[in-house]
Amino acid sequence: MSGENMLAGQVWKFGDNINTDLMLPGPYLVQSAEAQAKAVFISNRPEFLQKMHKGDVIIGGFNYGMGSSRPAARSLRNCGVGFLLAETINGLFFRNAVNHGFRAFECPGITQAFEEGDTAELSIEDWTATNRRTGQTLAVTPVPKMLLDMMLGGGIMPLLEAQGLIAHK
Amino acid sequence: MGMTMTEKILARASGGGTVKPGDVAVVDVATAVLMDMTFLPEGWREILKVHDPNKVVIVFDHLVPAPTVQAAHAHRTGRAFAERFGIERLHDVGPDQGICHAVVADRAYAVPGTVLVNGDSHTCAAGAFNCAARGVGGPDMLWAVTTGKAWFRVGETVRYDFTGKLPDGVSAKDIFLTIAGTYGAHVNQNVEYGGRGMSSLSINGRRTLAAMGAELSAEFVIFEPDDALLDYVRERNKQPFEAASPDPDAVYHARRTVDLGGLEPLVALPDAIVNNSVKISQVAGEKIDQAFIGSCANGTLDDLAVAAKVVAGRKVARGTRFIVTPGTQAIYRAALKAGYVETLLDAGAVVTPATCGACWGGHMGTLGPDEVCITASTRNFKGRMGDPSARIYMGSPATVAASALAGAIAHPGEFFRGDAA
Repeated sequence: MSGENMLAGQVWKFGDNINTDLMLPGPYLVQSAEAQAKAVFISNRPEFLQKMHKGDVIIGGFNYGMGSSRPAARSLRNCGVGFLLAETINGLFFRNAVNHGFRAFECPGITQAFEEGDTAELSIEDWTATNRRTGQTLAVTPVPKMLLDMMLGGGIMPLLEAQGLIAHK
Repeated sequence: MGMTMTEKILARASGGGTVKPGDVAVVDVATAVLMDMTFLPEGWREILKVHDPNKVVIVFDHLVPAPTVQAAHAHRTGRAFAERFGIERLHDVGPDQGICHAVVADRAYAVPGTVLVNGDSHTCAAGAFNCAARGVGGPDMLWAVTTGKAWFRVGETVRYDFTGKLPDGVSAKDIFLTIAGTYGAHVNQNVEYGGRGMSSLSINGRRTLAAMGAELSAEFVIFEPDDALLDYVRERNKQPFEAASPDPDAVYHARRTVDLGGLEPLVALPDAIVNNSVKISQVAGEKIDQAFIGSCANGTLDDLAVAAKVVAGRKVARGTRFIVTPGTQAIYRAALKAGYVETLLDAGAVVTPATCGACWGGHMGTLGPDEVCITASTRNFKGRMGDPSARIYMGSPATVAASALAGAIAHPGEFFRGDAA
């Protein structure tokens, strides 16, 4: 199995209905992407950014990422989150995850199967998530190929740049 | 197998045939709306090619009038972009400006039976016009503007059939609070509204209900077309169109009936909207610091009219700030002509220019620590309108106006008793 499609990281657990304002608070909307990435969860889990490591995993409940069209998925990518697994993912957050190249997948039963601090393994080839502590493996809902290619390829921006439709950053 | 309105519009826009839940549809975008935040210096990527300037609309709304140098910079970038590509529908600060969804509605830019995208989450507001309109992200907007395309995962549809007619003093916001409180989120699902009672809702009421569909986490929110809608659009937009009605054998995830005549005003408790609605009696008397009516959901002329009706000849409570923001400058002018603005000012309200400001905690009504607000806008999330310790209740414009007078959460019923039905 190639490294690209096999990821693992330490789990941070969140509940249901985690909204975009928590990941990217309104006052930071007018700031740089770098500044935005330093505001992730500052009102509900202020210790998250200090203690997390690159590649750590967020496990969420139902309707993860509800709310605004703001690029909250980009902030998760930029602050170093490896991937997200949630019971269900809000449609607008999912769009932004695909389009900004952040790995976000639905995995029914994930909340029950993991505790804070567990290590989660994700295979995007087998579409499974495994808890290294318990050995339990769950099915991850596959993402259609067109969208998966975009997500893993870094999102829409590189495509538009390659086609000469937008300027390079 | 028959199709829902959402499926029909997406199928048509992707070149014909059918689409079904689970498909990814790549569709032609009829209207792409760019709002001012798109042009903020930190996020803006220079667009080198525009697919069709006639399909692009630019509206300055979140940051108007420019509260910071950065916002002013964004507006400059937006103007230059419109100029470079010959985009005529630029709604700059001035008489044609407003909140993007309200401008789209006022001008009937949302064409029935077509696809509209906008980088703001409340874009589903245009679903009132039988338009498959979805809030998308910044990269989606770049894709739509440069290639004319957008992608959608097709979801299942929940259909609501309305019967009856709303009692006086009960509004579209209360329909939303009832549905959100009873049925909760509609993640990855489309919401479609119709039924014999639908036509009793004004176009403005439908705008409110459609805008609030974002808070149900719905993919698309689409109203059935009726004569009132078709007349409204034809009076404002000469473009030919074909509205979409559902097939009789369309397949729904669920089909639910809501009796409008049986509804009452509700309030959502702070920090979350879905599954969080209560009867006003449960929270009546809770002291408030601010009352707000505005946003893409509640800045319509109907909303200003009901606010004026409630406060006419009365005074806002001492120590309470009552802020009212019309959805567009055109609505502001209409409210001025109708006398609503004077009535509101006489009562002690502040009427601001059209802006998204207070609703997203930007400016023109930001909340401080531990303050309590009741709002008729779009969201009551923690920290949404300012400091994270502020508590935000959500109600209808009538409930908010009644609360502004009381200085505490109040039922608006007494202001509507004795009205002719």
